Amino acid sequence: MIAELGHYALALALLLAFAQTALPLLGAQSRDARLMGAGAPLALGQFLALAASFACLMHLYVINDTSVLNVVQNSHSAKPLLYKITGTWGNHEGSLLLWVLILALCGAAVSLFGRNLPSALRARVLGVLGLISVGFLLFTLKTSNPFERVWPPPPDGQGLNPILQDIGLAMHPPLLYVGYVGYAVTFAFAIAALIEGRVDAAWGRWVRPWSLAAWAFLTAGIALGSWWAYYELGWGGYWFWDPVENASLLPWLIGTALLHSAIVVEKREALKTWTILLAIIAFGMSLLGTFLVRSGVLNSVHSFANDPERGLFILALLMFYLLGAFILFAWRAQAMVPTGIFAPVSREGAIVLNNLLVCSITAVVFVGTLWPMFADALMGLKVSVGPPFFNAASFPLVVPLLLAMAIGPLMPWKRAALWPVVQRLWWVAVLALAGFVLALLASGERVLPAIGFAFAAWVIGAALADLAERTGLFRVGLARAWARAGGLPRAAWGAAIAHAGVGVLAAGLAGMGLAHEKLAALAPGQSMSLAGHEWRLEEVRDVVGPNYTARRATISVIRDGQVVHVMQPSRRWFPVARQNTTEVSIRTNMMRDLYAVIGEEQDGKAIIRIHYNPLAPWIWLGAAIMALGGGLSLADRRVRVSAPNRVPKGAVPA
Amino acid sequence: MKVSSLSSRKRRRMWILLLCAIGLGSATALTLTAFEDNLVFFRSPSDIVAERPGGERAFRLGGLVEAGSVERESVPAGQRPLVRFRVTDGANAIAVTYQGVLPDLFREGQGVVTLGRLTPEGTFRATEVLARHDETYMPPEVADALKRAGHWQPEQGAAPAPATWNTLEPRSATPGGPRS
Repeated sequence: MIAELGHYALALALLLAFAQTALPLLGAQSRDARLMGAGAPLALGQFLALAASFACLMHLYVINDTSVLNVVQNSHSAKPLLYKITGTWGNHEGSLLLWVLILALCGAAVSLFGRNLPSALRARVLGVLGLISVGFLLFTLKTSNPFERVWPPPPDGQGLNPILQDIGLAMHPPLLYVGYVGYAVTFAFAIAALIEGRVDAAWGRWVRPWSLAAWAFLTAGIALGSWWAYYELGWGGYWFWDPVENASLLPWLIGTALLHSAIVVEKREALKTWTILLAIIAFGMSLLGTFLVRSGVLNSVHSFANDPERGLFILALLMFYLLGAFILFAWRAQAMVPTGIFAPVSREGAIVLNNLLVCSITAVVFVGTLWPMFADALMGLKVSVGPPFFNAASFPLVVPLLLAMAIGPLMPWKRAALWPVVQRLWWVAVLALAGFVLALLASGERVLPAIGFAFAAWVIGAALADLAERTGLFRVGLARAWARAGGLPRAAWGAAIAHAGVGVLAAGLAGMGLAHEKLAALAPGQSMSLAGHEWRLEEVRDVVGPNYTARRATISVIRDGQVVHVMQPSRRWFPVARQNTTEVSIRTNMMRDLYAVIGEEQDGKAIIRIHYNPLAPWIWLGAAIMALGGGLSLADRRVRVSAPNRVPKGAVPA
Repeated sequence: MKVSSLSSRKRRRMWILLLCAIGLGSATALTLTAFEDNLVFFRSPSDIVAERPGGERAFRLGGLVEAGSVERESVPAGQRPLVRFRVTDGANAIAVTYQGVLPDLFREGQGVVTLGRLTPEGTFRATEVLARHDETYMPPEVADALKRAGHWQPEQGAAPAPATWNTLEPRSATPGGPRS
C-alpha cells in the first residue's frame, strides 16, 4: 500500500511538473499574470508530492518491506537502522528520487525566496526548472521505478554493499546532489534570460547566490567523498583521478569560473554572454556526471552493475537540454549588449584570466576522462588515462592560476596597473620564497612539494594582504583597522577566506607529496619502523559486529621508547554480501596522520600496511574553509536584503 | 595610425581572443604531450600471447582470476608479502606477481584489472590491483576480453563457474542462444 502511495505521489509530481512547465512559460509569453502566478504553487506542490514519495520509500526501507524489489536488492533486516535510512539513497533508483526531490526543493526555494524577482523572470525560471523535472521524473518512472513490487516476496533482502554502510555515504551524495542541482537553477536563470533577451546587474545579483550555494555544496560534497575514500577504502590516497571523481570535478571547475564571472555581470555588466554560456555548460557537466555514473560507459571503481538502457535515456536528456540551450543561445546571444568596458589589466581582466585557466583545466580533465570512451567507440582501442596524465597536464595550468588568484583581488575594477599590486605583495613573495627554501631543506630537496608549499604560502599570504589592504591595516593602525574589519562586506571576507582555503588545500596536497608507506607481514610481537615511529603488532583477534564479523589488529606506535598511540585497524567480513571491507585506523594531530591497515592473514602472520601522511587533514580542512568562505559570501547583506528592482528599459532613473 | 584608432571595445575583444587562443593552445599542447607518455593500454591474456609486448611500458592486464591459482608466498616477517595468481580469459592465462595488500573484492573467479609490466620471463609484475565497489560488477574490458575469447555472452547470463574455465570449449557467439 505504501509503495503504491509512493508511486502515485511520483506520478502526481510528474503531472505537476508538466503544469509547472507549461503554465508559467505560456503566461510569461502572453503576459498573463494569473498563469505566471501559477508557477509558484505548482513548484511547491511538486516538492510536496516528491517529499511524500521519498518518505514512502524511506518507510519501506525502515520496515524492510521485502515485497518491494528495490528494498530486496539493497537492504537487509540485520542492517543497523541508520544504514536502513541512508540506504534509501544508496542505490540507483533511490538516489535518482533524491535528485528530483532536491531539484523540486530548489524550485520551491525559488518560488518562496524569489518574491522580489520580476514576475516574468520568475515564471520563466520556474518553467525551465519544471521542464528539467519532467525529464528526470519520466526517466525515474520509465526506467528506474523504486516502488516496483516483487512476487513472491523473498524472506529477506540481499543487503547493502558493505562499503556503503558508512556515515560518509549518508552525507556525500546529498551534498553533491545539492551542488549538481544548484546548477540546474543557474541554468534555468540563463535560459530565462535568453528568452527575455536581457541580462543586467540585477540578473547577476540573483544568479550569483545560486551559483555560490551550488559551488559551496559541491565543494563540501567532493571533499567529503575524497575523505570517505581516504578512510574507507584503505588505499591511503585521497584522489585517484577516477572517471567518477572527475565527473564531479568538471561541474565544480566550470562552477568556479561561473562564480567569478557572475561577479563581473553583477558589478560591471560585462561578460554577459560568457556567463550565460558558463551557466549552460555547468549544468551540462552536472548532467554528464550523472550520465557517466549511471550508464557505466567508463571503467571506474565507482561502477555498480548498471544498465545501458538507462545510460541511453540520460544521454537523450542531456542532448535535449543542451542542444535546446545552445540553439537558444546561438539565436539570442547577440541581444546581450555589454555595457561595462574594461582594460585588459583590471579586476575584470584578472577574472577573465581565471576563467580562461579554469576552463583550460576543465578541457584537460574532460578530454582525459572521456578519451577512453571515444578511443573505444571510434578506434576500438582499449586504453585508460591515469593519474600521471592528469597530474602532468593540469599542473602547468594550476601554477599560473595560483599566481594570478593572489594578484586579482588587489586590482581595482575597470583599469589597473600591475606595479602597485606587486608592491603590496612583495612581503608575500618573500614569504613564499622562504616557504620554498624551508620546505626544500626539510623535505630532503623534493622540488615539487616545495613548490606546493611556496604556492600555499603565496595564496594564504595574498588573502591576508587583501584583508589588510581593505581594512587599511598598514595605514590607519590596528585599532581602526579592527573597527573597519567589522564593516567590510561579508562577500569580501568570504572571498578572502575561500582563497585562503585554496592555500590550505595546496599545503595539504604538498604535504601528501611527502607521504611514506610501508608494508610487511608481521607476527604478533614483531614490529617495523616508519617515519621515526616503531609500529609493533600486539595481537590479532576476532570481533563480532551487528551484521559482520571482523579480525582486529592491535598495533602500538612507539616513539622514544613510549607508546604514543594504540591503533586498531580491522578487516570486516559481511556474510550477507559475502564481502570483506577494510576499517582503517587513523591517528591525527592535524600536522600528520598515522594510518594503519590490516590485510590478509597467513601462517600466523598478518599483512600490515602503514602510512605516514604529513598534513593530510589540511586537504579537507582547506576544502571546508573554501565552502565556509562561499557560505559567508552568501550571507552578504546585498544578497539577504536588497534585490534591487529593475529599471524598466528606456526609463530614466530618478 | 589605424591601430590606435581601434575602439577600446574592439581592442579588448582582441585581447580576450588572444588570451583565449593562448589558453586553448596551451591546454591542447599540454594534453597532447601528456597523452603521449601516459596513455595506458589494456591487454587481455590472449593479446599478450599474440603481441608479446616489451617490458618497457606499463599496461593493464585484465581477465578472471583463475580458480585455484592464488598462492601466497611465505615470506620472513617484516618483508613485503608476495602473491602469485593467474589471470585468464579462458583461452590463455598469464602468471601475475603482486607485492601488496589485495583489494577487498579480490577473489578467485572474479574479474580483475591489474596495472604493471611484463618481465622478460613472461610474468606480469603488477604494481596495482584495482578494486571494485561491487561484487557483481564486471569491468567492461574484462567482459570484452571474455567475449573475444568466446567464453561469455553477458546477455546470456552470469559468467561461467570459475572451476570450469580451463575446460570450457569456445562457443559459437550467437546472441539469443540458450542461457548457460
